[in-house]
Amino acid sequence: MALIEETEAGEADDRKVGWAERVPVQYWVVIILLLIMPAFASDFTLFQIFGWSFILGMIALSLMFLAGYGGMVSLVQMTIAGLAGYMIAIFGDSAITDISQGWPWYVSIPIALIIAMLFGSLVGWLSVRTEGIYTIMITLAIASAFFYFARQNYVVFNGFSGFNGVLPPMLFGVDWRGSQAFYYLTLFWACLSYLVVLYLSRSPFGLALQGVRDNPRRMAALGFNVNAHRVAAYAFAALIAGIGGILLTWQSAQISPGTAGVGPVIDILIIAVIGGLRHPIGPFIGAFIYVVLKTFSVDFLTALGLGGERFQLLIGISFLVIVFWSPDGILGLWEKWRRSRGKDPLRDAGESKL
Amino acid sequence: MNAPTTVSERLNATGTANALELRGVSKLFGALAALSDINITVRPGERRAVLGSNGAGKTTLFNCITGDFLPTSGSIRFFGEDISEFPAHERIRRGLRRTYQISLLFTGLSVLDNVYLACCGVSRGRFSLIRPRRNDALMASAEDLVRVVHMEDAKDTLVSELSYGQQRQLEIAMALSGAPRFILFDEPAAGLSPTERRELVEILTGLPSHMGFIIIEHDMDVALRVAESVTMMHNGRIFKEGKPAEIEEDPEVQALYLGGGDG
Ligand SMILES: Nc1ncnc2c1ncn2[C@@H]1O[C@H](COP(=O)(O)OP(=O)(O)O)[C@@H](O)[C@H]1O
Ligand SMILES: [Mg+2]
Repeated sequence: MALIEETEAGEADDRKVGWAERVPVQYWVVIILLLIMPAFASDFTLFQIFGWSFILGMIALSLMFLAGYGGMVSLVQMTIAGLAGYMIAIFGDSAITDISQGWPWYVSIPIALIIAMLFGSLVGWLSVRTEGIYTIMITLAIASAFFYFARQNYVVFNGFSGFNGVLPPMLFGVDWRGSQAFYYLTLFWACLSYLVVLYLSRSPFGLALQGVRDNPRRMAALGFNVNAHRVAAYAFAALIAGIGGILLTWQSAQISPGTAGVGPVIDILIIAVIGGLRHPIGPFIGAFIYVVLKTFSVDFLTALGLGGERFQLLIGISFLVIVFWSPDGILGLWEKWRRSRGKDPLRDAGESKL
Repeated sequence: MNAPTTVSERLNATGTANALELRGVSKLFGALAALSDINITVRPGERRAVLGSNGAGKTTLFNCITGDFLPTSGSIRFFGEDISEFPAHERIRRGLRRTYQISLLFTGLSVLDNVYLACCGVSRGRFSLIRPRRNDALMASAEDLVRVVHMEDAKDTLVSELSYGQQRQLEIAMALSGAPRFILFDEPAAGLSPTERRELVEILTGLPSHMGFIIIEHDMDVALRVAESVTMMHNGRIFKEGKPAEIEEDPEVQALYLGGGDG
């Protein structure tokens, strides 16, 4: 695996091949399918299934970045998303006009993201000296503290009911909560954050983060400030989670303590693990599965004569099954399948190096 | 901390001071005194061999100097600057380098990527978000270092696929990243074939003369060919110091080496 970008590594004649031709054909199919989806998918599918999957995928992606590349399992990613959602409600517009400042979106959104990143850095700074289970515990403690604080604070967070009527700006005269517009909005941010994470994974910053994960002592002996690197990773992950949180707030037009309750906090972990923590596509696969399960399991369960509220059970069972079969999530299953196909003596000589 | 911060302050500090000055350094692991009251002075550009049986405390000495862990007591000066309280990365950024006795490499990355990471660590590009390009200065210096240790042919090989000897060579390339002023080599020749040993000696003797180092080495042949002075350690203490010839002929040293000692 050479570090130099593939596009740079090629020799002279290789360079004449456009970048478009180097993207494998399966990828093109997926890209085109996603782009033309609104032509045949229902409003519900666009808004509720895909929009929500993209958003949860982004929040889980921020966890994947920390856990997969940095070895830090942070349970505050949903909390950071919720905080960003609260901030646009507080600094922007909502139905709670007593509290909301009503500042324009180009002020409230940057403020929300900066506060999210500051909060993420603070959490990072508190937790980088811990490892493994302790990181999980400290971030979970912060997440539940935030939940109870938001529920009990009426002056700023408006307590139990939170804020409703938090809407995206009518930029370019488009209603961004319309199902098609919202689909493209979330698709854009999901793709962008996916590509940025993918790109960063091979930059000095991303490589060093993986070095810190594998061998912090060695990284220090190479001149890296290990803790500063970890905190920077938290800050970057908070940016992605913050964008996800703003989109999430716009989708439901409200933000309340429950959005960042302990349940949703854990769900993000489940999504990331189901999808796989080794590649940034994993969280999006996990989010899609989660959303489909959560949306349709009620019908499915009632059809079986069971109570619809048992959908958590269904998610829990799928989680168990996937983790049992493949600790690397769906991505791990996919790799296993590709490898076993590679070994097939009828297909090729088994010279599969993955 | 009144450490010299500007370049000129640091250069001034370099002028007269010793490369390395340890005063009363001790390290306790529980009740075990891995180092007791170590005093060492190394001039700039000096090449020193550290000998001693297994468990004498040689690696612990390196760990204390680089800040892998802090000594229980004592002070360490690096080119005049008191680095006793500095975290490891600050010491490295001041030009101190080391290799590890048991290779600590990034096995999932290629040879070139490992050296590239080492070059990033001692540059301002540590937090760079931009992927390296062909004409990247850091990447170019990484390629240079790969050439210095004769690993051009293996530069795209994953570290996990390297032979033991190649991994040792890679450790050396990583220690040469940036502008090292002083290097600590922890048994770089252990487990190498005779040919690889010869190459290692060539690399070490070929280093620029201002680059001092300490080498831990059991093989007297290698140690005495690259070093101008020798420190013998035993049970966490300095047992003898002198010119290679003196040390070789010292009856106490001979007794320790031939009569077994505890190693
Ligand atoms: N991290 C550690 N924790 C506890 N004891 C240690 C540690 N590192 C080294 N020691 C002990 O310190 C002594 C010196 O070890 P070391 O410096 O590795 O010796 P050498 O490199 O000369 O063979 C040994 O008795 C070793 O067991
Ligand atoms: Mg040792």
